[in-house]
Amino acid sequence: MSLWLTLAVNSIALGGLLFLLSSGFSLIFGLMRIPNLLHGSFFMLGAYFGVTILSQNVNFWVAALASGVGIAIIGGLIERFLLRRLEGQVLPQVLLTLGFAFIISDVCLMIWTGDPWQPATPDHLRGALQIAGLFFPLYRLVIVAVAVVIAIALWLMVDWTRLGAMIRAGVDDAPIARVVGIKVSMLFTLIFALGAGLAGFAGVLGAPYLSVYPGLDFEMLPLALIVVLLGGTGSLLGALVGSFLIGFLYNFGQAMFPDLAYVILFLPMLIVLVVRPQGLFGRAIS
Amino acid sequence: MSPKQLQSAAIAIALVALLTLPVWMGNGYYVNVASQILLFAIFALALNVLVGYGGLVSLGHAGLFAIAGYAGALMLDAGYGHFAAIVIAIIVTLASSAVFAVLALRTTGISFLMITLALGQIVWGIAYRWASLTNGDNGVNVTTRPTPFGISLAGAEAFYYATLIIFLIAVVTMAILVRSPFGAALRGTRDQERRMNALGYNVWLIRFLSFLFSGFWTGISGLLFIYYNQFISPQVSALTSSAEALLMVISGGTATLLGPIFGSIIVVIMKNVVSAYIERWNLVLGVIFVAIISFMPEGLVPGSVRLWRMGWQALRTRWNGSAVRQPEDGSR
Repeated sequence: MSLWLTLAVNSIALGGLLFLLSSGFSLIFGLMRIPNLLHGSFFMLGAYFGVTILSQNVNFWVAALASGVGIAIIGGLIERFLLRRLEGQVLPQVLLTLGFAFIISDVCLMIWTGDPWQPATPDHLRGALQIAGLFFPLYRLVIVAVAVVIAIALWLMVDWTRLGAMIRAGVDDAPIARVVGIKVSMLFTLIFALGAGLAGFAGVLGAPYLSVYPGLDFEMLPLALIVVLLGGTGSLLGALVGSFLIGFLYNFGQAMFPDLAYVILFLPMLIVLVVRPQGLFGRAIS
Repeated sequence: MSPKQLQSAAIAIALVALLTLPVWMGNGYYVNVASQILLFAIFALALNVLVGYGGLVSLGHAGLFAIAGYAGALMLDAGYGHFAAIVIAIIVTLASSAVFAVLALRTTGISFLMITLALGQIVWGIAYRWASLTNGDNGVNVTTRPTPFGISLAGAEAFYYATLIIFLIAVVTMAILVRSPFGAALRGTRDQERRMNALGYNVWLIRFLSFLFSGFWTGISGLLFIYYNQFISPQVSALTSSAEALLMVISGGTATLLGPIFGSIIVVIMKNVVSAYIERWNLVLGVIFVAIISFMPEGLVPGSVRLWRMGWQALRTRWNGSAVRQPEDGSR
């Protein structure tokens, strides 16, 4: 397989992971307007949970789901008992989530040490798929497939279900939504937990590819941030497009300008900010 | 004494204490810690212009701090003199502040914060990954300190006095800015953006100029930092540094001149003490953040006063017994 094709496949796989990470961030930050600086930490913590569960010879998908649920519970508790009390106060929310991010990163360093962990790709995901005479690694394709399935599920949930309508109502006008009997607070806890869980799940899914190491949290947080700012806050389609764009930019940048790869990632975000501050698919804020 | 006189007296005492600090501190180590506190106080004061008076929370100021530091260090490394290095570093920092401001001021509130965070990460990315320019993780050494008017700043005491002079200039300019009509306008944009607009103020320009002012002093503190530390590494531009600066601003109480100064005293001393015993500064920093938000949302200094009062009142009620039971609240 040529270098370019390998890069393209890796880009799409990274895009899928980024979508899982940033779709949750888009819900929490874009929809609920909570500056959740814990999102990268959820990703890393989920990955560490997954690595630990996997070392007990548990099925890969069970491990990914279990740590996703675990992170969802942690996220839900933080939202319910701490963030809830700070509704609408940006600075305290930032400090609280940032404080937890530092605590989590240090505790992870204590428990899982400073060495990187990289679980083996599960057996049933090894090998390659032959399409049109070209071989594609199965694991990478599966990441993309999972991301696409979740993207569709989220889209259906937010745009087409009663639950989604209640969420949108709660975001647009919480007091009125409460008046008509929507339990806005509970919904918000649920969304926060869902977003956190997706990040944790993505952490495990990506572990055989990215590996887990200290500092992964603050590496993933800006990525989620640029995806969401690029795609438009609160827009799932924006998060999807942004994820794949950043996935490509990261891999191709890494190959062509290794020194500047990290900086190149931010370029589209900066351009979009200047030209179209609400993001590619964001609603204009009046 | 009237409150005004009391205030003047307090300022005079603080000034005398600061001026004679190396005499009564004795030990060079503590004088160095004092220099560190002063230079970080300048950083915190600069950040407070935006956070406290402008209502614009920046999480990218460590980026500006690092830009000044790296620009100065790299110029010195390339063989330029101190004067050229300092001037260029300030120009570069001001230009970067302008870029930061233009991008971040497209929005306010939570988006402003996120964009400054992203911009700070870009600086970190350059410092850490663009090794051919910044020497990557190995950092850049600054071998000499400048000698203004032929006075060597190599010793702890001389450097302390140089930092003190710059610190005092910073405090005075901040005080002037805050009390000027411009400062009032800045607070106006924080509290009532629309009304300020309606009154004919150019809200964007006010914020932009404040950002430049903040960036300027951040750059000065960054330069002081490289001369103090004689070394700069990507760690300086990390999110942790921005968070520390924010902690200094918030722990002392925002939108006051004294708050950030007290904040930097608290944070720098704590960091020095904690780092001497354990390697878990990040954990401590995180716990402090969570504790402040949970128990003293108004800042450490006002918060401690409140908690102290509450504790004092509880004690008094117990001493007085059932004879004079004070109402639990509402007495204040």
